[in-house]
Amino acid sequence: MGAGHAHRLYRHAHSPVHELPPHTKLAAVLGFVVVVVSTPREAVWAFAGYALLLAAVAAKARIPAGFLLKRLLIEVPFVAFALLMPFVVPGERTTVLGVSLSVPGLWGAWNVLAKGTLGVAASVLLASTTELRALLLGLQRLKLPPLLVQIASFMIRYGDVITDEMRRMSVARRSRGFEARGVRHWGVLAKSAGALFIRSYERGERVHLAMLSRGYTGTMPVLDEATATRAQWAYAAALPLTALLICLLGWTL
Amino acid sequence: MHVPDGFINAPVSAVAGVVAAGAVAVSLRGARRELGGAPGAEGHGGDRTAPLAGLVAAFVFAVQMLNFPVAAGTSGHLLGGALAAILVGPWTGVLCIAVVLLMQGVLFADGGLTALGVNITVMGVVTVVVAYALFRGLVLLLPRTRASVTAASFVAALVSVPAAAAAFTLVYAVGGTTDVPLPKVLTAMVGVHVLIGIGEAVITMLTVGAVIAVRPDLVYGARGLTAPLKLRVDGELVDAVPAAAPATGGSPRKLWIGGVVTALVLAGFVSFYASASPDGLEKVAADQGIDAKAQEHAAAGSPLADYGVEGVETARLSGGLAGVIGVGATLAVGTGAFWVVRRRRAAALEA
Amino acid sequence: MTAAPSLEVHGLAYAYPDGHQALFGVDLTVGRGERVALLGPNGAGKTTLVLHLNGILTGGAGTVTVAGLPVGRKHLAEIRRKVGIVFQDPDDQLFMPTVREDVAFGPAAAGLRGAELDAAVRRALDRVGMAEYADRPPHHLSFGQRRRVAVATVLVMEPEILVLDEPSSNLDPASRRELADILRGLDVTVLMVTHDLPYALELCPRAVILSEGVIAADGPTREILTDEELMARHRLELPFGFVPSSVA
Repeated sequence: MGAGHAHRLYRHAHSPVHELPPHTKLAAVLGFVVVVVSTPREAVWAFAGYALLLAAVAAKARIPAGFLLKRLLIEVPFVAFALLMPFVVPGERTTVLGVSLSVPGLWGAWNVLAKGTLGVAASVLLASTTELRALLLGLQRLKLPPLLVQIASFMIRYGDVITDEMRRMSVARRSRGFEARGVRHWGVLAKSAGALFIRSYERGERVHLAMLSRGYTGTMPVLDEATATRAQWAYAAALPLTALLICLLGWTL
Repeated sequence: MHVPDGFINAPVSAVAGVVAAGAVAVSLRGARRELGGAPGAEGHGGDRTAPLAGLVAAFVFAVQMLNFPVAAGTSGHLLGGALAAILVGPWTGVLCIAVVLLMQGVLFADGGLTALGVNITVMGVVTVVVAYALFRGLVLLLPRTRASVTAASFVAALVSVPAAAAAFTLVYAVGGTTDVPLPKVLTAMVGVHVLIGIGEAVITMLTVGAVIAVRPDLVYGARGLTAPLKLRVDGELVDAVPAAAPATGGSPRKLWIGGVVTALVLAGFVSFYASASPDGLEKVAADQGIDAKAQEHAAAGSPLADYGVEGVETARLSGGLAGVIGVGATLAVGTGAFWVVRRRRAAALEA
Repeated sequence: MTAAPSLEVHGLAYAYPDGHQALFGVDLTVGRGERVALLGPNGAGKTTLVLHLNGILTGGAGTVTVAGLPVGRKHLAEIRRKVGIVFQDPDDQLFMPTVREDVAFGPAAAGLRGAELDAAVRRALDRVGMAEYADRPPHHLSFGQRRRVAVATVLVMEPEILVLDEPSSNLDPASRRELADILRGLDVTVLMVTHDLPYALELCPRAVILSEGVIAADGPTREILTDEELMARHRLELPFGFVPSSVA
């Protein structure tokens, strides 16, 4: 998406949700989303139940509703898509306020909107209650390949550094009277992108030298192990398990 | 371009997850080879994969935020799959895009967690593989000059975007949660994405050109141009005959390129079949009219924003069938090639 | 106890793989506890020399010995523990997500764990006055703070010799002075690569000039800085208004 990655979602606070070990939270959110996606779309009340569950988690985590809702904006392009569905999907038609709409299209729109929104909301809750570092530890704990976690952690560490460099280059361009207005100016922007790549790559080489200088031998020392007690697992599992219950009811009712 | 939860049903999301995990696992090995050891630091801690791939991922992440104004307030941005593949090589490319997508999903709630597999498969694997296969093929065919490299990157980026769109449509055909008339969707998706691809292609070409002008040695895809002509034979460097093929060749790569080209031809065939439906092109045109408004926000890259504004007939069965065959074949070819490459490499390591 | 000097470099020559030769026979001995400034114009080979000190670059002619231990494949891990290099850009040096983990990286790579590791990290951060920032991500610190943490990441290894590449670059005057106070208080051999001649004079009793890949001068810093002819020959210039002989 165009922008919007500049703001990190994390909100510092002390709550039972914040204090849960990261991998239990990751597993819980993943479980929850899988359950949501597997719910039949016709069980409308089940989605209301999921929304209530998330609201309960948000309240527990002291995440204000406004904050959560604002972060849902990332979904907007899909809302546009969902809104088109009732007009274009073939099948039985119905008339709402004088407009002919497709019934499967309406269901499709509902399906995408409901599941997508719940998914984004769950992810936002995870990201806003878990520090970056903890998320990486959680991923590591969930058996992601260590090299992948390392790459991710370098990306996080240097994401800001590189975006700052990009911003400085843009300031330098504008200070010299250059304002990118259209396709004609792509050459200049691409040169900046190229320079940014070279800087990033060279920084990677320097970082590697710095690592070697401090005894790097190809593996990163594991310093922090995220550990979870059975009680913490049970606490985290409350979300997906309740959701599963709702889901099963949704399939049977 | 990030697919949210609920778009693709659970079983297909799971399969895509497995495919993505496999591709990432293979790429982790491949990237080690691509990024190589630091000069003078070989042997002891020479593994540069983590810092270099991490920094390249940070670069992709940053460059996706760089807005390229198109006209009148609208702007596009780079998706970066083709660019990453050409600059750092296909394995590292897949890896970096996958890490970027993973982080966007976990940290920014951008792209659903259950859709992560689909997102990585479509935007990481398909884009990078198609772009790199085409790029490599063209570089081999064209005269060995810098102009050829930039031209090849243009074509590679141009095709990679609609290819990803087609791949997404095929995934949607199998596991979409709503039945949308598929052949037309495919036409529209590919059509719209050819336009987006042109933007991607121009930016990619210019960026690759800018890097080649300053540090040609950093462009993985252009290494054949600058490296002294040496051939790697069973791990030993041997002087090459001047007219020989570039050093990076080899039968797994040929096989792999062959596999991808097959998949591409297949995809092309499917879309040709799809575009045979009468009013496809007009619809796509109408589509863009609608889209121009929607896109200011969605940026030029969202397949789903410009998606599904399509027709009314039910050519569903045939479309779905074609989709199933297409995805099945692509996956079979892809996994087969990965498998062979991995076996070869394992054998080479033991030897 | 007649310990070996912290650093002995003999006849060191090196050419990069592209054929460019940077070092043409460097001879340099730094005794234990000395603080030496390494001066020289851009492109003199300073960074190349530094990268030889812990064996990142090898394969040229000559030898490098650290506290009696030859730099080579055999003792690489030990050498890298003994030679602490602080690179110019702290963002390159601080690559871990938090200050604490970054400082712990070196000792952890050497096998230290648990309470011992925590104590070492705390001690190193205390020495640079950054203990309260242990759990911050490095990019949330000011430049001067990052430079100090970078010094801590190296001090934690209890190095035989501390090598600083342009330690005062980009620091505001207060941070520059704070860093000087820290460095002066350390009981460790220091080799400081710098263009900041007043800083060299302030911190290092001895200076050497590396020019065109060889050591061109070696002596008390004040004498070197006041030898106008020598300075001009090696493109070294004092800042406007700075008179070394007038500094106490």
